[in-house]
Amino acid sequence: MTRSTITRTRPRRRALAVAASGASLALVLAACGGGDDGGDGGGGDGDASAAEIDCAPYEEFGDIDGTEVHVYTSIVDPEGATMQASFEPFTECTGVDVDYEASREFEAQLLVRIQAGNLPDVAFLPQPGLLRTIVEDTGTVVPAPDAVAANVDEFFDPALKEYGTVDGTFYAAPMDANVKSYVWYSPTAFADAGYEVPQTWTELMDLTEQMASDIGGPPWCAGVESGDATGWPGTDWVEDMMLRTAGPDVYDQWVDHEIPFNDPQVVAAFDAAGEVLKNPDYVNAGLGGVDSIATTPWTDAGFGLLDGSCYLHRAANFYQTQFPEGTDVSEDGDVFAFYLPTDQTDIKPVEIGGTFAAAFDDRPEVQAFQTYISSADWANAKALATPNGGWVNANKQLDPENLATDFDKLSAEILGDPASVTRFDASDLMPGEVGSGTFWTAIVNWLTGSSTQEVVDQVEDSWPTS
Amino acid sequence: MTAPIPSTELIEPEETKGTGRRPVGRISRAEKRAIAAKGRLASPWGSAAAIIIALLWTIPSIGLLVTSFRPPLDIRRSGWWTTFSDPQLTLDNYDEVLFGGADLASFFVNSIVITLPAVVIPISVALLAAYAFAWIDFKGRNMLFVAVFALQIVPIQITLIPLLSQYVDWGINGTFWTVWLSHSMFALPLAIFLLHNFMKDIPASLVEAARVDGAGHVKIFFQVLLPLLVPAIASFAIFQFLWVWNDLLVGLTFANQDSRPLTVAVADLAGTRGNAWHLLTAGAFVSMVVPLVVFLLLQRYFVRGLLAGSVKG
Repeated sequence: MTRSTITRTRPRRRALAVAASGASLALVLAACGGGDDGGDGGGGDGDASAAEIDCAPYEEFGDIDGTEVHVYTSIVDPEGATMQASFEPFTECTGVDVDYEASREFEAQLLVRIQAGNLPDVAFLPQPGLLRTIVEDTGTVVPAPDAVAANVDEFFDPALKEYGTVDGTFYAAPMDANVKSYVWYSPTAFADAGYEVPQTWTELMDLTEQMASDIGGPPWCAGVESGDATGWPGTDWVEDMMLRTAGPDVYDQWVDHEIPFNDPQVVAAFDAAGEVLKNPDYVNAGLGGVDSIATTPWTDAGFGLLDGSCYLHRAANFYQTQFPEGTDVSEDGDVFAFYLPTDQTDIKPVEIGGTFAAAFDDRPEVQAFQTYISSADWANAKALATPNGGWVNANKQLDPENLATDFDKLSAEILGDPASVTRFDASDLMPGEVGSGTFWTAIVNWLTGSSTQEVVDQVEDSWPTS
Repeated sequence: MTAPIPSTELIEPEETKGTGRRPVGRISRAEKRAIAAKGRLASPWGSAAAIIIALLWTIPSIGLLVTSFRPPLDIRRSGWWTTFSDPQLTLDNYDEVLFGGADLASFFVNSIVITLPAVVIPISVALLAAYAFAWIDFKGRNMLFVAVFALQIVPIQITLIPLLSQYVDWGINGTFWTVWLSHSMFALPLAIFLLHNFMKDIPASLVEAARVDGAGHVKIFFQVLLPLLVPAIASFAIFQFLWVWNDLLVGLTFANQDSRPLTVAVADLAGTRGNAWHLLTAGAFVSMVVPLVVFLLLQRYFVRGLLAGSVKG
């Protein structure tokens, strides 16, 4: 009885269900079309201030009009939008579309794609170590064309070309440069208290001591929490100290493991950083004790500068974009940064980071694109396309006037200073097990109670043997 | 998580029928047990514990919701609970994630485009396979069934790279097909297993009766079994919908820039160096809206659908 009633009422319901699934199919199809259109349109948001460039260098690549270059990168919006805008002049010149794909999971996904044979045309690699890994393990990166090598020779420091070179073959041209050797401070707070920007490391330590006694609390704020990369801001501290206490040559030996990680000179660099980071009288302003450095997000650690709870914060130039909208970043504004000073008199060591453009294909349009982003035209176009600042490049032909902010100009000035000795972030150059592994955990252990000797021994033990 | 629930027959119809008219005041053993169970569940302590657990469970979500309405600087500088003493609420975060640079609205469409076929395909295939496993006798049926279910053990992480290289070989990389197919493959073992169990629970006499009446496989499938399976299909569809909608790994690996789902877009909201992480709470709520609505509207199917197969007959 019951069964038959159920079966009798079913057909009507089923007809309804069929209609519903038909409707949803139509929706799917419609959405498919819409999605594709939207994708193409979103590719290049034009920027009114796009620079005019000379198209002659791209004529040697033949007729490449209507082709496409697929770029894969970790630079997502909002920075991604300015990156895309900086490619506009190239597209206008050559008719080549730049298909820009960005993901915060870039570093993991790029390796997956390479293994699966799903290669982008060009990838912007944030670490020279990653370039080395890809070249040595997969051999999928194609050497840079001559035009790119010529551009890099002409416009960049030879040291930077070296970072894009693996085993004597030049693969990747440097793109942007981050200056990491900065101390952020509040010019207004300094002016109110009558402090001067220190010119040497000793002066900086004297100033710190004076501040600590003036305010009766720690003047420095710091934070190294960064999700699964927790610890990296601390490695920058140690690397900066390594450049200042041991010098650039020893730094290179340290990176190449010609001296062990537990060498006394490395211990000395850790301890120099520890003068601030492990001194409860100097850290952690407004945030807690020494322990709190490990748990404070690096993105937020410097906010104490704005409300006066913190006076000094060592962070890279890109920390500029962390400050909330409306913050006046200028020499007499809310926040600014000074070069992390040194007691060395002959050189100014500068720790830098940056991205490199590696290509996985040698089609003419890909080579033309590589040539464009290694040129001075691109450096200037990018500067113009970045109205809010936060971007610099080590290109010698980059006109500082094109940079958006005083702070970016300061970064360009430091990069261009003849006394500057630039060295790339060591943790980005060391083998992955160390540079993005045990070095980070060493920093966390070091900040939460382990002695310097303990942590450097641990890192040395973890160094890959091959 | 969806193992068949053992049958819990609280009321035994035969017993009540057998005794005919029951003297007033006497209750069967089964009823006693039911009342006792109800009493245990309804004890004030039990209720208090349930309410406390529910509250504790909800606090993080409430915090997320409150945070998503706070101004960016407040989000970064203080906890969401401080809002109650100093309420400052804004819709800026939602405005930014939906219509600003992130443009989540268009990824919302992508997620729908990905989710619907990724639910329909595995259920259609699994229904046919489950029917064959349950009601068609063929050699090696049990072995094959165990083999299919054993695929459930394979972690999807180890399949990602081989699958992707296969898609590249087939030339369908960069289309929605890669995502649809991947989700279908990963869902099929469990879908077949569950639907097979539901089908198996339908009394054989029913199928035999239909066969005696001259119905073929097609007719039995559509007119006898399918109507009885609606709750099971609904419950699996809901689960599959939620899995696919909330999936990040498959979307990240197989979708390209134009076909990426909402979850991947939300993961990128924080900006290159995490300088916009205050947008994440608003992004999370945008992506939660649909699963939340689905859950609230269809929650009775979650339990009913799963129980339906086990107590039938």
